[in-house]
Amino acid sequence: MKGEMARDVERLVLALDVNGERTELLLPVHKTLLEVLREDMRLTGTKHGCELGECGTCTVLVDGAPQLSCLVLPVQIEGRRVTTIEGMANGSVLHPLQQAFVELGAAQCGYCTPGILLAARSLLDGRPRPTREEIGEALAGNLCRCTGYAKILDAVELAAERMA
Amino acid sequence: MTEPNGFAVVGKPLPRVDSVAKVTGRSVYADDMLPARTLHCKILRSPHPHARILAVDTSAARRMPGVLAVITGADLPIKFGILPVTQDERALEHEKVRYVGDPIAAVAATEEEIAAAACDAIAVEYEVLEPVMSIESALAEPKDERIQDYGGPNNIHKLVALEFGDVDGGFARAEHVREDVFFFQGNTHLPMEQHSALATYVDGKLTLWSSTQVVHYVHRALAKVLEMPMSRIRVIGAAHGGGFGGKTDPFAHEIIVSKLAIGTGRPVKCTLTREEVFYAHRGRHPVLMWVRTGVSGEGKILAMHFRTALDGGAYGSYGVASTFYTGALQTVTYDIPAYRFEGCRVFTNKPPCGPKRGHGTPQPRFALELHLDKIAHELGLQGVELKQRNFIRPMTRTVNWLRVTSCGLEECTERVMTASGYMKRERRAGHGMGFAISSYLSGAGTAIYWNDMPHSEVQIKVDRGGVTAYCGAMDIGQGSDSVLATIVAEELGLQPADIRLVTADTDTTPIDLGSYSSRVTFMAGNAALEAARKMRALLVEAVAAKTSKDPETIRVGDGRMGEVSFEEASVLAEARFGTLTTAGSYTPPKLAGPYKGSGVGPSPAYSYSACVVDLDADARSGLVKVNKVWIAHDVGRAINPLLVEGQVEGSVYMGLGEALMEEQAFRKGLHKWPSMLEYKSPTFVDMPEVQTFLVETVDPEGPYGAKEAGQGPLLPVPPAVCAAVHDALGIWIDEVPATPEKVVEALRRKAKGEPPRYGPSRFPTIPFPDPIKAEPPAHGQL
Amino acid sequence: MLRLPRLKYLRPRSAREAAAMAAELGPRAMFVAGGTDLFPKLKRRQFEIDTLIGLGFLGHGIRAGAAECHIDAGATLAAMSGDVRLTAGFAGYAEAAGLVSSPPLRNAGTVGGNLCVDTRCNYYDMTYEWRKAAGFCLKKDGDICLVAPSSPRCWAVSSSDTAPMAMALDGVVTLAGPDGDRELPVAALYRDDGIDYMAKQPSEVVTRIRLHAPPGTSSAYVKLRRRGSIDFPIAGAAVAIQLDGNVVSRCRIVLSAVASHPLEATAAEEFLTGKKADEDAIGETADIAAKPAKPLDNADLSHFWRKRMVRVVVEQALRRAATAEGGSRVNLSV
Repeated sequence: MKGEMARDVERLVLALDVNGERTELLLPVHKTLLEVLREDMRLTGTKHGCELGECGTCTVLVDGAPQLSCLVLPVQIEGRRVTTIEGMANGSVLHPLQQAFVELGAAQCGYCTPGILLAARSLLDGRPRPTREEIGEALAGNLCRCTGYAKILDAVELAAERMA
Repeated sequence: MTEPNGFAVVGKPLPRVDSVAKVTGRSVYADDMLPARTLHCKILRSPHPHARILAVDTSAARRMPGVLAVITGADLPIKFGILPVTQDERALEHEKVRYVGDPIAAVAATEEEIAAAACDAIAVEYEVLEPVMSIESALAEPKDERIQDYGGPNNIHKLVALEFGDVDGGFARAEHVREDVFFFQGNTHLPMEQHSALATYVDGKLTLWSSTQVVHYVHRALAKVLEMPMSRIRVIGAAHGGGFGGKTDPFAHEIIVSKLAIGTGRPVKCTLTREEVFYAHRGRHPVLMWVRTGVSGEGKILAMHFRTALDGGAYGSYGVASTFYTGALQTVTYDIPAYRFEGCRVFTNKPPCGPKRGHGTPQPRFALELHLDKIAHELGLQGVELKQRNFIRPMTRTVNWLRVTSCGLEECTERVMTASGYMKRERRAGHGMGFAISSYLSGAGTAIYWNDMPHSEVQIKVDRGGVTAYCGAMDIGQGSDSVLATIVAEELGLQPADIRLVTADTDTTPIDLGSYSSRVTFMAGNAALEAARKMRALLVEAVAAKTSKDPETIRVGDGRMGEVSFEEASVLAEARFGTLTTAGSYTPPKLAGPYKGSGVGPSPAYSYSACVVDLDADARSGLVKVNKVWIAHDVGRAINPLLVEGQVEGSVYMGLGEALMEEQAFRKGLHKWPSMLEYKSPTFVDMPEVQTFLVETVDPEGPYGAKEAGQGPLLPVPPAVCAAVHDALGIWIDEVPATPEKVVEALRRKAKGEPPRYGPSRFPTIPFPDPIKAEPPAHGQL
Repeated sequence: MLRLPRLKYLRPRSAREAAAMAAELGPRAMFVAGGTDLFPKLKRRQFEIDTLIGLGFLGHGIRAGAAECHIDAGATLAAMSGDVRLTAGFAGYAEAAGLVSSPPLRNAGTVGGNLCVDTRCNYYDMTYEWRKAAGFCLKKDGDICLVAPSSPRCWAVSSSDTAPMAMALDGVVTLAGPDGDRELPVAALYRDDGIDYMAKQPSEVVTRIRLHAPPGTSSAYVKLRRRGSIDFPIAGAAVAIQLDGNVVSRCRIVLSAVASHPLEATAAEEFLTGKKADEDAIGETADIAAKPAKPLDNADLSHFWRKRMVRVVVEQALRRAATAEGGSRVNLSV
């Protein structure tokens, strides 16, 4: 740990495509995507629960696939599309998954919800009518302590039905 | 439209009032806030489980560029604690540290990484003391010195002994007496959100936003430690990322950021790391239990003697209450005519334990349910048969003076028995089913500090058709805001989405004691009901006067009041009465029995649950796979069935985690695995199907008959799992978590002809005082 | 929030260039591909470096033939898990890739990265503050092994799911060094040491892996972990067998998470070769395979139980390979 702070911070100008909006930012290269989204872009819908890749809370989509923003450097994904929870609804019209989560009570404290919604969206984009088992497998990297997962599974099924 | 149940919105599965904010990422949690010029705070914590602090040198940290303030225990010497009897914590310790993770110093810096580096640059000189890491060693004479300077002998924190009715006589008359020993390992809440707090200090006023379940108690602690009047402190509950009891104490970091904000004049934020959340803890106490019960030939309980030993960790926290709770609610499910309880809490050099979902009652529930199963087996009965013979009846006083009103035990049992086919279960190798019941409080009947004031208060303001309800209650994800909105909407003929809510803000909302002990629906709900009914009366009176109608005939509903719209009604009422505000409050009835220690256990109503677990257990590997859980919960009335189901399913989830894998374990004085990876919380693919039944007994005192739902349904799950393992393999796992290695070991013992069980062999000798003997209430007294 | 230390990030365009950078910078620098193993360890200050060398140039293709399959090291584990070309003899590899950690990590984690995954120990995979409190260990900053204090070596556990499978499929990696490429059998890639667990030069980049599965091969991977997702293996068995009629003509059994390197159960392989893969033979093979496994008390659950379970995972993997049930993910979660 000693001596780290004596090192210069390397900063890069990076162009990030987040929710379809291109932003150029001057960023310390060692800041993770999670930190950049929350602190530099103030997109605080992306939450964090461990910052070590163990809980799934900070899930965002990179080119449509779920990745943990705590384990990604912006420099690694320059030019790729990042989607956060702020980019999920179409204006003020909720994505069918969001709508189903609202209707079925799939969010309790709501802290794991953004990550789970994005992981579910990626699943449905690739596999429109998944089985309940496939939904569970796809979301198995996202922990939730409130719901016992049942209402989340129900909501993803309902959204899939409506989107079909 | 009014539904057949007589309600327009109560009982409907409506969306939560804050759900769109939650699914779009717009709920603002404490760590999401970042006002301009915010400083970041990191806390230096003890690397030793037990040590005297000889010197703290912060000079190197203070010199680091970007560091604006460094504080130590000398800056915050006043002690605090959630219970008035155990004010034993300091925000920063400068004399002695009592667990790995105990806070010592704090830094405010312009960047979090600078604050962390500055903490690392603080030099602390310690005199290391022998740590005490188990109940057994806490009971023995300390090698160096006691952990705390109160309590005793040795590292005993609290001893409790109570006796109700003729216990010795009951055992003498019993045809069958059995003793068992059980252990419930400690575990933690693991909220997805790490605790976070942000403080500002402007115009001589301190404001703290925090991820807390109890804004009021944080308010009190800040006033005490900072020596400021409460009127100059404002505590606001930020959007809440999960509590389960883990954010129910005032915490060091909340006090520290406040002190640093006052000192620097800038906003200061502290968000705990996941590891620090494990140290903040206040989770489930590890409890060793001994129980002896005497029954008649038919299996009627004649007497019970229950002993508990709680591993409390380093500080008091809620521990005195937890200790009483390990003995309080046994009588609320079973008719026990004579009962002796002896409880002991010890201090150890671990993060302090406190309240976790079910506070002090899941452990004895685990022991009691399995103990009764064992008695039933000896009598040639099914566990469920013996339990049913002893079920408490509605409208009774228990031997320890707890007042039971509505009670849906019979119906809950019937529902899960029928749905699961328990009695006709298939017999195949490794397959088993287990049954257990439980009960929990709908709010503690007494406040944490003695006072005669209401436990919850609600104000309603109506202004040109807009309705705002104000209440100190904190929505921690359980949906308390939605419950309040539903009650107000029901009374005013509106939809929950029409109600604006201002909650959990000590400046703007009247008090609610907080989201703990499953009290909010019952207490804040009753307060909201009173306030809403008063508001309705004002509006109806104004409409009646204007339209020359009898107020009794004015129909309220669908956004209308008689012939006028709600908005017109509000204009008429404001013109007639001036500012439209009403208030309601709730004070629980005085229910405590006539004995010292009777304050823990009474509640205005008890929820009831029954559960059946179906699993397969592999004799070779010890692996257990839960196939399905059936759970029925007597919630009195479901104000929103969607939310109640969510609470029940979440409780089952947490109960399964505790039963099978969750464990707050220590090794060499340290938390063994303070991480989300190694502390095992079940994932999507580990969770079985859960079938939930809501039973409505319509409690006479709950709002519309409602009772609690957030905690009780956890309780029957661990014993039902272990009962099912016994059903499957013929072995008793008398200790949770029931890991595969324990299953394998029990099977090995069985094969060798030893007692076919895994669990503690004995209960230690504890110097319990002579019990306080309390006369039971007169027969038939309510 | 746990954060990374201050780092420089280099973006070479080829493996040769990356290797040259690594050779020049020495232990100050590390390669990063998916980052799923590296970033947590950097945040916990288990690795103290000042430069990352990005491997974004690595290919992610796959070329599958009848008996040989070439996979670029930059391919993600998620892609491997779902790749329809990894069938028949290669199915066990797809299975192992699909059992690594959790879905979002598999979307980032790579084939090459999982081969190089650091050895693990629950005295070591902890934050800087925790390790400071516990006392630093041999593997980082300390001078004793906290699991086996009297031992002169580090007992951290090989925790890759795909490495044992790659060994069972006689994998060969291509390593790009500053001076050129070379090939190395996966079996020769590891050392039985918790610290120096890789036999490649630190400056060499794994660019490709070649797996072998002659016709008639079937493979399976069985992973034991506490939960059905997220967790590292606490025991695992990768098997590849070639059947001649019902007789096993070739047999590979490699264990995960029971030693500091993927552990080849050679005695068991020899035992089963030439025998009919019936229940008795499988049981006996599993017994033999479990013997060399020596789990220690530095991973989840007790080591004596994990030891007992080695036999179970080997038996399950063999049974599945023998009955050609490979391809469906088997996950023994507690």
